Amino acid sequence: MLTQPALTPTRLRPRDVLHTGSAGLRGRPLRVLLSALGIAIGIATMIAVVGISASSKAQLMDQLDRLGTNLLKAGPGQSIIPGQDVRLPRDSVATAARIPGVEHTAATGDLDQPVYRSELTPPEDTNGIALKAATGDLPGVLRGRLRDGTWLNAANGRYPSVVLGHVAAQRLGVGAPGGQVLIGDTYFTVIGILDKVPLAPDVERSALIGWEYAQQKFGFDGHPTALYERSTDASVNAVRKALGGTINPEHPELVAVSNPADALQAKAAAEGAFTNLLLGLGGVALLVGGVGVANTMIISVLERRHEIGLRRALGATKGQIRIQFVTESLLLSGLGGLAGVALGAAATAVYAGAAGLPWVVPPWAVLGGFGATLVIGTVAGLYPAVRAARLSPTLALHAA
Amino acid sequence: MSTYGTSAPAVPDSGADRPRGGPDTVVELRGVTKEYPGGVQALAGIDLSIERGELLAIVGPSGSGKSTLLHIVGTLDRPTSGAVNLAGHDVAALTDRRLSALRAQHIGFVFQAFHLAPGATARDNVADGLLYTGRSRTVRRRMAAEALERVGLADRMDHRPHQLSGGQKQRVAIARAVVGAPDLLLADEPTGALDTASGEAVMRLLHDLNADGATIAVITHDTEIADSLPRQVRIRDGRVVADTASPAGTADAQGGVPAC
Repeated sequence: MLTQPALTPTRLRPRDVLHTGSAGLRGRPLRVLLSALGIAIGIATMIAVVGISASSKAQLMDQLDRLGTNLLKAGPGQSIIPGQDVRLPRDSVATAARIPGVEHTAATGDLDQPVYRSELTPPEDTNGIALKAATGDLPGVLRGRLRDGTWLNAANGRYPSVVLGHVAAQRLGVGAPGGQVLIGDTYFTVIGILDKVPLAPDVERSALIGWEYAQQKFGFDGHPTALYERSTDASVNAVRKALGGTINPEHPELVAVSNPADALQAKAAAEGAFTNLLLGLGGVALLVGGVGVANTMIISVLERRHEIGLRRALGATKGQIRIQFVTESLLLSGLGGLAGVALGAAATAVYAGAAGLPWVVPPWAVLGGFGATLVIGTVAGLYPAVRAARLSPTLALHAA
Repeated sequence: MSTYGTSAPAVPDSGADRPRGGPDTVVELRGVTKEYPGGVQALAGIDLSIERGELLAIVGPSGSGKSTLLHIVGTLDRPTSGAVNLAGHDVAALTDRRLSALRAQHIGFVFQAFHLAPGATARDNVADGLLYTGRSRTVRRRMAAEALERVGLADRMDHRPHQLSGGQKQRVAIARAVVGAPDLLLADEPTGALDTASGEAVMRLLHDLNADGATIAVITHDTEIADSLPRQVRIRDGRVVADTASPAGTADAQGGVPAC
């Protein structure tokens, strides 16, 4: 007898695995579409939830970037001794400016005067607008912008001129500089309107007038209620430590120092909490999609008994049959995953476009979502594939 | 008949005078039985050997066990007892994986229902016959083209099964079975689903392939087809009741009806 070469089954090349695995799908496009749809919806939901959340976070981070985290605000602290003077010293701005690293300073002082559109406005209709005296380049330090008009300067600050925060302007019905508003008993000319000032929301609801003019006109005592300073990024911590003691050497504890950017950062962190619920919903959709794929695969195995029998007769091992059906399942859910990623990214783009957010779809979400579909495809295809491999080749060929 | 002959098994063996298991023996069955769960005995002790280059019919009515015999010779199923040797390999000693490799390398199947992939071209269907042999796609497709030419379908390479007649489909299936030049071609009722003319064409093709050296076993219930082949192995109730001599056999090969 001739010595026979060892009977070793050959491995299918990756391309052949892919080809045999996709053969069953190519013949049934509608079924592929429907069963991939479940996966697609699940993945799309998850990508959209993550994408929309990431987009709004990205907007906040952009804002933080633009606004910087090197702004510190000093204000009057709280005293445990009744009657103690907690006001910031009059020369706070000048002293703060001398701290190494401090680049710009500005301050506001609260005034107790109502602001009205005109004398015809009922006195109780204060609209919640505060009057503040301002010194220094407040919009510059806060990185706010003037929407219209000019900021207070040495010249116009001596006269009854006022700059309105954008909320205040809206509430007073002032659309553009040039009009007049009534403060106390004097009409002030609106010379500028500020844009949004995310780092100092109270400024948005204020009418701002010149420091000296406020002292002259309303008897303002010159104590700042809020002192803003902007330092170099490297010196923020040093300045933060030094600020209280420098402004008020006797009672540094009476100076409350805060970083307005902290609030924005906290907001960015809070965005994530809400998305978990929606992610869970997406997960459920994905699971249902996976069950759909498993169902389709089981039907596919039942229908293709002849093909399985033929392949066994042609020399396919059980393992090769298993791989064929797992590949088919993987392709099915992978297609759904791809469609889902595209759909989710598109949904995020639509939402971001409508809400004016930057369009962000985190790569980890795309990879994670796609990875999840591959896991689901494997799990869903495993049982049908094992069933297919266990089919007796004679039985598979005989049900003709 | 000599006394030696009478002591031989009741079923004459055409290869009795040649060394068994020689290099030219493609199939050798010794005392093969097959019992299905529930006690149904499909094969009740079969001895059969097929030499290289033979063209034979395994013929019997339905229920005779010829399909079971086909499965066992084709290694799609294992016998309950007895020995099966195929192309020099003892089937009982092979794992399922190795049996698959044996089918991939040594056996070609032709079925009554063709079993062609509906979405694939004739050429790709034939190339699938080599899918599990480790050849690259390019080689498979080249060999498929050659095989299609050989069965006379060179002009139908890119046709899909629904664009082919029944006879053409079966020729595609035959091309798929012979594309890897197997040691044994098993054809299960190859003309069963065809009209007379197509059936005759298919049988002519099998004769031609045999003339080129292929070893072919045709399983059929049709005695007319069986009689057109050089050797007939008649099966009834799970036994070989007649085995005519193979022309490939030696000059003094026995033939005719069994002694019993």
